Amino acid sequence: MSQFQEKTQIIRIERLTTDIIRLTLESSRIVSTAKPGQFVMIRTGNGKDPLLRRPFSISQIANGKYFQILFKVVGRGTALLAHCREGESLSVLGPLGSGFRIHSNGPNCLVGGGMGIAPLLFLGKTMARQCSAPPLVVLGARNREELAPLVDDFAELGLSVHPATDDGSFGHHGLVTDVLKNLGLGDDCMTYVCGPHLMMTAVHLFCKDRGYGCQVSMETAMACGMGACLGCIVPLEEGGYGHACSDGPVFDAKELLWEVK
Amino acid sequence: MGSEMKDVDLRVSIGSLNLKNPVMTASGTFGYAREFEPYVNLNRLGGVVVKGISLEPRAGNPPPRIVETSCGMLNAIGLENVGVERFISEKMESLQGIDVPVLVNILGDTLDEYREIAKCLNGVPGVAGIEVNISCPNVKKGGVAFGTVPEMAASVTTAVKENSSVPVIVKLSPNVTDITLIARAVEDAGADAVSLINTLIGMAIDHRSRRPQLANVIGGLSGPAIKPVALRMVYQVAQAVSIPVIGIGGIESTEDVLEFMLAGATAVQIGTANFVNPRASEEAVDGLARYVAEQEMDSIRELIGGLILS
Repeated sequence: MSQFQEKTQIIRIERLTTDIIRLTLESSRIVSTAKPGQFVMIRTGNGKDPLLRRPFSISQIANGKYFQILFKVVGRGTALLAHCREGESLSVLGPLGSGFRIHSNGPNCLVGGGMGIAPLLFLGKTMARQCSAPPLVVLGARNREELAPLVDDFAELGLSVHPATDDGSFGHHGLVTDVLKNLGLGDDCMTYVCGPHLMMTAVHLFCKDRGYGCQVSMETAMACGMGACLGCIVPLEEGGYGHACSDGPVFDAKELLWEVK
Repeated sequence: MGSEMKDVDLRVSIGSLNLKNPVMTASGTFGYAREFEPYVNLNRLGGVVVKGISLEPRAGNPPPRIVETSCGMLNAIGLENVGVERFISEKMESLQGIDVPVLVNILGDTLDEYREIAKCLNGVPGVAGIEVNISCPNVKKGGVAFGTVPEMAASVTTAVKENSSVPVIVKLSPNVTDITLIARAVEDAGADAVSLINTLIGMAIDHRSRRPQLANVIGGLSGPAIKPVALRMVYQVAQAVSIPVIGIGGIESTEDVLEFMLAGATAVQIGTANFVNPRASEEAVDGLARYVAEQEMDSIRELIGGLILS
C-alpha cells in the first residue's frame, strides 16, 4: 500500500470567497500515487485539541509534487487551517481510499455540488488526458460567488461546464438534476457524483431511472482514514455497512442504501 | 534505530508472555494490524491487540458512530467485527509471519459466549494471549455489565481461563465505583494480568438540532482527555493486585508511557493516538530506548511502580 505520513509545506493559500479556501501543499510521494477520488487526512493543529485529523479530497495535482485541497470553513478544524500561512507545514496522511473507476470510452458526466466539486477537478483533468471524449460537467452551488471560481478551473481544462445555482445568480436557476435531464447524455453514460447527500440521492435516482452508471463519493465523519476506527460507515443496500475510508469513499451508488422520502 | 541503542533492555513480561518492549496497541484502534504496515514496522512493537471479536459477526451501530470532543473523542462503534470464525481463517492467517505477539480481544453477551470464543481460539497459531473485554452488558442478567460486578467479572475470567492455554488479560471498565474490587476479583479468578482503562461512558449533544451527536446517544470517551483518570486507576490497581497491570488511556507519547509505568504499569497500550499519528507506537518504542540509554538504566523494568511520593 502506498500511503505516507508527511510534513508537507503550504505553498499557496487562496481565499476564493470569505469562507472558501484553497491550499496548495507539496509532497512528491503523495502526489506520485494519488488517484482521482482519493483523499488525505490533515492535522489542523499541533496540540491535543482539536484532536483528530480532518479528511479532504485531493482536488488537483500538478508538476509531480503539488496537490490542492478545497474547503469551506465549517468548524474549528477548518478555521485553524484557514489561518495557516504559506511556508508553514502540515502533517498529511495519504493518499487514502479507493478513488473513481474511470470509463475510458465514455460518455462520462461529472456532477458536483458545493465543496463536493473538489475531487471532480482532479478527475476531469485526468479524463481530459485519458478518455476518448471529454466529460460533460454539471456543477451546482448556492450562488455565483461560490460557483464561478470553481467553474473557471474546469473551463481552463477546456471542459464545457453547465452551472446551476440555488439563487439563479449563475447558470441555471435550480438543481443540477434539472440540468442533467436536459443534457441528452448517451445511453451508456457513467456519472461521477460528489456533493450534499440530498443532491447525490437525486442524481442516483435519476441515473437509476435512465440506466446510467453512477459512482458517488461519500463524506462522513472519520477518525483515522485507514480502516481502523470503523467510524465512517455508510449503509449498504444488501444490509450492513461499508466503510467510507477503506471501501470508498467512492461507491457504486447501487450498492448503497438511499433513504428516499 | 541507532546502533548505540542495541543493548538497551526494554523487555517486560506479562505472565508467561515475554514482550520486546512495553508498548502495545489497544484493541479497536489498530484494526487487524496490517492496516498500519505502511507506517509502522510491526515487528518493533511489544505486542498488538486486535479488534474485539465476538462469537458471531456483528454489524455494529448505525451512524453517526464517532464524534470529536475536547481533547478526545466519543465512539459507539457497537463492536462491529467479522466473528471468531472469519477472524481465525482470514485475519489471523494474514498475521502469520509477523514477529510480534498478537493478543486477541474477545467479548460476549453471556458466559457461554466467552467460553466458546476462548475454545475456538485455543491452539490457533499466532494467538499469544487473550484480552477479555468485560465491559459489554450481560443480556441474560438484564444488561448489567460483566465488568461492574466483581463476582460476574470473576466468572468470566474463570470461563476464559479454563479454556485458554495462553495468558489471559482482563480489560477493566473505569465505569465503576471502585475499580480495585474488580481487579482483585479477576486476579483471584486466575487472570494473568489486567489492562485498564476501557473508555469512560460519555455523551455529546448538538444544541442546535437538540439531538445527541451519536446515534447510540451514549458512547465511550477516549484520548488525552481521559489520561488523568486512567493514571489514577492504574496507580490504585497496581497497589491492589500482584499481577501485571497494563496501562491504557490517552497515551500518545514516550512521556505518557513513562508516567504510566511510574504509576505501576508493566506495559501500556496506545489507542486513540494511532488514529492521529499511526506511527505513535513505534515512536514511543524509540523514545523509551533513548530514555533508558540517557538515564543509564539497566532495564526499563526499573521504572515500574517507581513513583516517588515524598
